[in-house]
Amino acid sequence: MSASDVLVRLSSLGKDFDVSPPFLNRLLEREDRVLLKAVDSLSIDIPKGKTFSLVGESGCGKSTVAKLVVGLYRPSRGSIVYDGIDMPTLKTQADVEPFRKRMQMIFQDPYASLNPRWRVSDIIAEPIRAHRQITGKRAIDQRVAELLVQVGLASADGVKFPHEFSGGQRQRISIARALAGQPEFLVCDEPTSALDVSIQAQILNLMTRLQRQFALTYLFISHDLAVVYHISDFVGVMYLGRLVEWADKRTLFQRPWHPYTRMLLDAIPDLELSGRQRSPVAGEVPNPIHPPSGCHFHPRCPHANERCRNEVPNLVRKDTSEVACHALLENRLPEVTVTGEPADVGSGG
Amino acid sequence: MVATVTGAEQTTSTWLWRFRDSVRRFFDSDVFYSFRRSPVTVLAFVTAVIIFVAAFGAPVLAPFNTNDVATLDLTDAFRPPVWMEGGTSEHLLGTDDQGRDVLSAIMFGTQVSLVVGFLSVIFSMVLGVSLGLISGYVGGRIDHVIMRIADVQLSFPAVLVALLLFGFAKAVLPRGVQDAVAIYVLIVAIGLSNWVQFARTVRGSTMVEKNKEYVQAARVIGRTPIAIMVRHVLPNVMGPVLVIATISLAIAIITEATLSFLGVGVAPTQPSLGTLIRFGNNFLFSGEWWMTIFPGIALVILALAVNLLGDWMRDALNPKLR
Repeated sequence: MSASDVLVRLSSLGKDFDVSPPFLNRLLEREDRVLLKAVDSLSIDIPKGKTFSLVGESGCGKSTVAKLVVGLYRPSRGSIVYDGIDMPTLKTQADVEPFRKRMQMIFQDPYASLNPRWRVSDIIAEPIRAHRQITGKRAIDQRVAELLVQVGLASADGVKFPHEFSGGQRQRISIARALAGQPEFLVCDEPTSALDVSIQAQILNLMTRLQRQFALTYLFISHDLAVVYHISDFVGVMYLGRLVEWADKRTLFQRPWHPYTRMLLDAIPDLELSGRQRSPVAGEVPNPIHPPSGCHFHPRCPHANERCRNEVPNLVRKDTSEVACHALLENRLPEVTVTGEPADVGSGG
Repeated sequence: MVATVTGAEQTTSTWLWRFRDSVRRFFDSDVFYSFRRSPVTVLAFVTAVIIFVAAFGAPVLAPFNTNDVATLDLTDAFRPPVWMEGGTSEHLLGTDDQGRDVLSAIMFGTQVSLVVGFLSVIFSMVLGVSLGLISGYVGGRIDHVIMRIADVQLSFPAVLVALLLFGFAKAVLPRGVQDAVAIYVLIVAIGLSNWVQFARTVRGSTMVEKNKEYVQAARVIGRTPIAIMVRHVLPNVMGPVLVIATISLAIAIITEATLSFLGVGVAPTQPSLGTLIRFGNNFLFSGEWWMTIFPGIALVILALAVNLLGDWMRDALNPKLR
């Protein structure tokens, strides 16, 4: 993709968390600082108007990436270039302000992401008031009513409190709030994982519709491959803070290269009850405080050799994918098995 | 209910609707239910209301205006309560050495005690809640500094703080001003000794709230830390604060009485319950017990009623005990 199409470019992004014991303990027990590398040199390009998904198991750093992008965390290394401007280098509130308007976030837990003491109309109007985009009570009320209708709620719902709504409805409110400031980029941190499957489909369809309507760009974080398959244009697979493979959706689901991606895809249940032989997901995610040397995946990988144990693989282009795997370069990987596409969650909505 | 309101009457009718809505919700609420189900609490509430009305209605309700020296008659001095020999129906609870009606004095005294109590609780609440909010939300070094100050404050008994402040005020202020300022010194002294509880509770709740996603959402929107603290976090940490405020109202009233009893309280011309107990105490051994016992009983009942209300509120508002 050409540079002009890229809205957000993350390059060698890294975030460490200090998980060391308190100072006094370190002094007495002669221990060093312990750093957890939640995200390690992650580079992705998110094209305008598309959906880029990040998938991975719990604790692989997906949510940290989301929070880095919207500025809830400060990156330890690397850059987040938003429309040509490197965000972390902006120092003053006034410099950041114009970008705040352009990006918003949808959170995972619709029961925690809405202030329980605020009325829905005030929750949705918050970005409008914060950025003074519209002034005057009448105009704001009108805009809030319009947003409520856009996300499939009634305009009279504004006077209610969040606890009067179900999880799916709350997530709609959350989406309405995110849209209120007329952003062009939405970071969605597992927006459907707290919802019932039937409601998930509705929310995903709503998000797809809004993306078409407002030409939105999504960074979509999820662990659910079926959801990712439904909504994405591009998919990146993360393992222990590193990106191991990314490609456009169809390529990734049909011709996965990285052994970890293959393992994930192999674990998707299918509706046909095909009874095909599956390789069970072997092993567990290692402790990210002391990750394995070399390629993080080598203790679980059936194709690992000495090089994998010592040398960190870099992302290398293979056809239309980019894969970080030594075995692929050395042609040690068996021919790809075409995996069945996940059941389409969106068809029900 | 009104489904959609449009046009010019929107503002007023929405407000009316919201008001009616919240009133109805209050009477439907678990809190009101648990109140109705607890006879002790209802009794405490009724008692507290009667005391409040008697105290703040004293200028109208009291038989005599004890603050007006002109109404005093020395021939009425040392009259016992009405049911004892020598008592008159004019002075139900007897009179003191100046011929002051004890019942009226208690009503006016309770008013002073309550005013001092309320103002000192408001003072400590504002101070404690703001410091606790900043401490919990900002964290780090500022948190450390505020919490160590709180620890130091806790190691000073309220009486000692008050005595220090009074000593300071006596040394600095000219003699004429001292009596007028005494009540404010008292309020600040009691308030200073109570803020730590507020600060600690609010700090704890704030540290829980600030990690919730709605606070992160407000940060993503770009609200300033002060706006997030005041508009988002504060409404969500106020529940326990109301409970502590009620309980520390009782503590403040007792502290005020203690300080007034020790003679560092309000000016003698405007006696509070503690001052009345102190004056009456001088005559306790000569047999005129009513001067000190009745204000004492009033103090006990007031503190008990407020405490019971506070206890109930703590249970009713604590979701874990429901």
